[in-house]
Amino acid sequence: MTDSATQARQAAGMAPREVPGAASGAGTAIRTEDLRKTYKTSRGDVPAVRGIDLNVPSGELFGLLGPNGAGKSTTIGMLTTLVLPTGGRAWVGGIDVVADPVGVKRRIGVVTQNNTLDMQLTVTENLEFRSRFFGLGPREAARRAAQLIDAFGLGDRRKAMATDLSGGQARRLLIARALVHRPEVLFLDEPTAGLDPQTRVNLWDILRVLHDQGQSILLTTHYMEEAEALCDRIAVVDHGEVLASGTVDELKEGTGADTVITVRYEGAVPDGLAAGTGLEGRPGVGKVETDHDRIRVFASEADGVLGELVAAGARAGLTVRDAAQLKPSLETVFLNLTGREYRE
Amino acid sequence: MTSTTSTLTPPDGAGRTGQGEAAAGPDIAALIAEAPVPQPTLAKTFGAMMAREFRVLRRNSISTFMRAVMQPLLFVFVFTYVMPKIGGGFMFGGAGAAAAGARGASAGAVNFATILVPGLMASMLLMQGIMAVTFPLVMEFSWQRTIEDRALAPVPIHVLGVQKISAGAVQSFLGALIVFPIVLVVHAAGQAPHVHVTNWALLVLILATASLLTSALGLLLGTVMDPRKMQMVFAAILLPATMLGCVYYPWSAMHQIRWLQMLILINPMVYMSEGLRAVLTPGVGHMPMWAILTVLIGGTALFGYLGTRTFTRRVLN
Repeated sequence: MTDSATQARQAAGMAPREVPGAASGAGTAIRTEDLRKTYKTSRGDVPAVRGIDLNVPSGELFGLLGPNGAGKSTTIGMLTTLVLPTGGRAWVGGIDVVADPVGVKRRIGVVTQNNTLDMQLTVTENLEFRSRFFGLGPREAARRAAQLIDAFGLGDRRKAMATDLSGGQARRLLIARALVHRPEVLFLDEPTAGLDPQTRVNLWDILRVLHDQGQSILLTTHYMEEAEALCDRIAVVDHGEVLASGTVDELKEGTGADTVITVRYEGAVPDGLAAGTGLEGRPGVGKVETDHDRIRVFASEADGVLGELVAAGARAGLTVRDAAQLKPSLETVFLNLTGREYRE
Repeated sequence: MTSTTSTLTPPDGAGRTGQGEAAAGPDIAALIAEAPVPQPTLAKTFGAMMAREFRVLRRNSISTFMRAVMQPLLFVFVFTYVMPKIGGGFMFGGAGAAAAGARGASAGAVNFATILVPGLMASMLLMQGIMAVTFPLVMEFSWQRTIEDRALAPVPIHVLGVQKISAGAVQSFLGALIVFPIVLVVHAAGQAPHVHVTNWALLVLILATASLLTSALGLLLGTVMDPRKMQMVFAAILLPATMLGCVYYPWSAMHQIRWLQMLILINPMVYMSEGLRAVLTPGVGHMPMWAILTVLIGGTALFGYLGTRTFTRRVLN
């Protein structure tokens, strides 16, 4: 599977990259096999990633979606060589991340979750020195920095110290910096966490343009709507495992339910109440789950379900505290996979 | 600036919002298409990292200079100007100097400035080595982990450690040189130090190995110390190393306190001070050169090995 496309691209030098549509038979950007990481702490072993298998073709924008602490950052850390796996294997651009970390680092651009800009340097210098770390001469590096600054709308901040940038500017500079050497794969760890909505949409636009140019991208996010808006394919991750992966549509279909109706009562739901509604087994209704003070129904035919749950509660002397009907979305996918609400 | 695409336009539906702030569009598309093909080598990356250190040093030149100058300036001022003036100047004469093997016309008494020059240089080497390596490292490992910026450069992590030692050593070396002009200029009449370089190559060798040793120690401290306990570095390391490092007295003169003379042999500072004493002020007795060079070179290798190892472990989780 070692990518002939990668070699061809290197051989072609400056030739523009093929667009994803034309990428039939293209190489694999990222592949992992049973990738694992267990941290050893004073309180014992803490498994952060418990066997993840990924296969991301070149040119794809792939998302790892999951709540905080799901193991996304650890996974990205292993793929970018800064975290050593404790099991399994991983390849980026066909190169083993453990056997040849330098080879991997030459081929990747990384936007870290933290602001890891060089705080002792200006905006321009951050880009220049990163270019020089990747082997460009000083003059070439200055040219590349100027080009990146213009493209990322940082023209009026070129001489500002990295410490003086706003959150959005810093994030744009981090992305620009990750692109100095035309990486084969771009990694972004929570690229829009903590940004205001407008800045977030601007960053989405940047990522879309990069993706349209055939840039392979892996991003992690805990925002459902971000994954839904940007990604070709998504892996839903929780507790260090991939719960499901596919396109958004595939994920929605895969859950076998379209709408989630949740009713929360004043007190704990007694045994048998859910069964007593007769919803289970009704055509168009998938699962019926009881979770302490609430009942959750996954249904493709949602009509009448809510009324049934309220009536069943009333028969058992339970008042309804609140009720919600979630349209099919990644959130309902997550609910269905884990049996609990998404915690951001 | 650089004119960009004419041929490459992003496909329709790129979803631009037309925000002036982030100009997503043809410019960004061109970044991919027109990117230079990087050919990093170990030497280029290492050189670029050193260039980055010097850029930062130049930017902070005033504070760097102050840091390097104030300590030796005040020391020299107090000990070779103020003290002699108020009658408190002390001499290493008679027994000490004689026991140290000083002879000839100058053997009668060695003024304190002469003792202080090599000692102060050694003290500067240690101070600068720690300041240049340990303190920035603590910042880089703090919660934002800006170290990841350099860790993603296309070189093995231990090379990054070696680069930090090298950059620190340059600062340490320059810091020691600053002592020279100060001692030559600042002193009371008749208190000029008797400095006479017998072997320039040996002087450079000792300064270079001592600089590498202190910055390797700086790397080790910066990676093993808990950042919240950094004050400990001053109290538990810098202070005893300096006070018991033959900065203010030659090692040979310690024979009067035999147990202490033996005890301080574990202090690498002793060998730095004595090494410089050997090449700068041959009129004062010093320990044998083989012992000095063995410890300086061996210590550099040991601290360098341990420092890059703990550094790599800290960077890679």
